[in-house]
Amino acid sequence: MNKNISNENYNKYVSEITPKHNCFANCIRAFIVGGVICTIGEGITCLMTDVFNYSKDDAGSYTSMILVLLSVILTGFNLYKKIAKWGGAGALVPITGFANSVASPTIEYQKEGEVFGKGVKIFTIAGPVILFGIFTSWLLGLIYWIVTL
Amino acid sequence: MKESVGNQSIVFEKPPAITGAASTVGPKEGEGPLASYFDEVCDDPTFGQDSWEKGESEMMRRTVEKAIKKSNVPKYDIKYIFGGDLNGQLIGTTFGLKDMNMPVFGLYGACSTCGESLSLAAMTVAAEYAKSAVAVTSSHYGSAEKQFRFPLEYGNQRPLSATWTVTGCGAFVVSSKSETVCPHITAVTTGKIVDYGIKDSFNMGACMAPAAADVIYQNFKDLNVRPDYYDKIITGDLGSIGKKILIDLLFEQGYDISHQHDDCGLMIYDNEAQDTHSGGSGCGCSASTLAGYILQNINSGKWGRVLFVPTGALLSTVSYNEGETIPGIAHAVVIEQK
Repeated sequence: MNKNISNENYNKYVSEITPKHNCFANCIRAFIVGGVICTIGEGITCLMTDVFNYSKDDAGSYTSMILVLLSVILTGFNLYKKIAKWGGAGALVPITGFANSVASPTIEYQKEGEVFGKGVKIFTIAGPVILFGIFTSWLLGLIYWIVTL
Repeated sequence: MKESVGNQSIVFEKPPAITGAASTVGPKEGEGPLASYFDEVCDDPTFGQDSWEKGESEMMRRTVEKAIKKSNVPKYDIKYIFGGDLNGQLIGTTFGLKDMNMPVFGLYGACSTCGESLSLAAMTVAAEYAKSAVAVTSSHYGSAEKQFRFPLEYGNQRPLSATWTVTGCGAFVVSSKSETVCPHITAVTTGKIVDYGIKDSFNMGACMAPAAADVIYQNFKDLNVRPDYYDKIITGDLGSIGKKILIDLLFEQGYDISHQHDDCGLMIYDNEAQDTHSGGSGCGCSASTLAGYILQNINSGKWGRVLFVPTGALLSTVSYNEGETIPGIAHAVVIEQK
């Protein structure tokens, strides 16, 4: 069959006929889900500081840990995936999304053993986030140091 | 009748018969519209094993055993198994067939493997190198997602163009003669690797449609026929986007297949109700649909002649990460009741 279309035009044609998620609706959902997760976090922090008299720093650490724990439990029951499917970035950007990205490969690769399964694959998804997160903070620290010399 | 016709086709002088076919699928496929056509719907996606990969092998073993039993062909008459799956180094096939004690050809044609294995089995039998041969193909949602995409529990949003890998297996016993009336493989057209420069692995339909168009066009030319020669032209797993592209591409070449065309990926799930977006995919999609639904419709006389065209997207995570395009391949098999 003779090819009647260039690769460039074929890509254009494909992108025209391929349906896409509604960006506006996705933003609204992300706002709702992200907002709910952060409100839960805020609620935990208030509970820690007001009822249990923790300092704000300690309450913040506990809040992160509790949110991570909740996310890991939901991941184990295959429920976080459903929240993320509906809420998109609203579920992926908070710390709960990070926890999901670490817990899910751990579950998936446990059959391949402690070291080469879980050990090697645990940061398959989160690894780049950690690497570039640390690198960016190092870079900002360097800039800050130069500016304040 | 000539055996080899045109550039890419063979019309068999003595068409091999599909004397036995069996299909096994997972729970999601068992909730789909074709559920009643499959030989076995297993509610356990690991098929009683402790991993996706072992489950896939077990599914393949069961399906091959069942196809041989249904064919009534004695095992000693089966000389070769042509088998393939989507796992790296074909571990699904390896561990599924290792206890069969039969000579095996392991094949990889991505999701076109069902067409590849049927073509090779038919050629081997027609050339009288074997009285019977088995063609088997499987895919598994869990093992495929793990290998090509993300862990199953990872939360993300799949694009609307994405397809859902079928947990399913189809096995076929291809024999030089049959005692009863059954579907025969009368011709095959072997596809070329076709690359239209798509790089989006979540739009497999767009990667594979040009390959399907190419092989179907070649089949028409080689056999000197028009689309209405076939009661049905059924592609493997193009999905809703790939289907539109295929029809458009062939229309530009002067062939309107819109009346005959259907796609296994669009038959196996109810896309709306089962949230499978563009449709089903994986080499088990076309294999289980052929073994279950298509062959039963040919047997019942509903369709006299079907052009079956499994389609494959040729990529690996390495080629994708290195920025390569995703070429497609498709193989056409003509199946007729005789």
